Amino acid sequence: MIEIIISIFLLLGGLLSVLGSIGILRLPDVYGRLHAATKSATLGVISVIIGVFLYFLAIHGMFVGKLLLTIIFVFMTAPVAAFMIARSAYNVNVKMSEKSTQDDLADAINKQKSEADH
Amino acid sequence: MLTTVAIIVLILMSLSIFACTIRALIGPSMSDRLTALDTIGINLIGFTAILLLIQDTIAYAEVVLVLAILAFIGSVAIAKFIEGGVVLDRDHH
Repeated sequence: MIEIIISIFLLLGGLLSVLGSIGILRLPDVYGRLHAATKSATLGVISVIIGVFLYFLAIHGMFVGKLLLTIIFVFMTAPVAAFMIARSAYNVNVKMSEKSTQDDLADAINKQKSEADH
Repeated sequence: MLTTVAIIVLILMSLSIFACTIRALIGPSMSDRLTALDTIGINLIGFTAILLLIQDTIAYAEVVLVLAILAFIGSVAIAKFIEGGVVLDRDHH
């Protein structure tokens, strides 16, 4: 029974990772690729690690705290890394896809500049 | 059964890392390459975790944790580098 639960976690994680990589290959610009990479790849890896943690807990009776620590660390730092990459890409003027219709950050920067001039 | 599933997931992870490698090679801008390399780092964590399960040992548990830390620090450092060439700045933001 516990093997089935572990297998579901592992397969879910593998499929989500592949989904994220397909998104990295196929989406049109950096921001879309970041969206695919940081959501599904992170969730996939967290799911795989939960599966491995359950395996050692249920079959060997070992509580491997380092795996839990890894889950917390990946969960907290992956969005931060993605935010830094997106901000640096915007600051060096990486072009958006031509299908993009909205750029709220440019509006906010223009507004801040015009307020600073007055 | 569990070993079969683990080997299937290992193959899925390999395909995922391969796709990221293609994007890291052809990516038009530096940010594309950085995104792909960051995802390779995250997938490598899962890859090593599956190896823990297949080889039935917890000897690599530290490896998983250190890979997570190194992937994060490397991504942030390179992102700051392509932004302005300065990794540590205290002047603005």
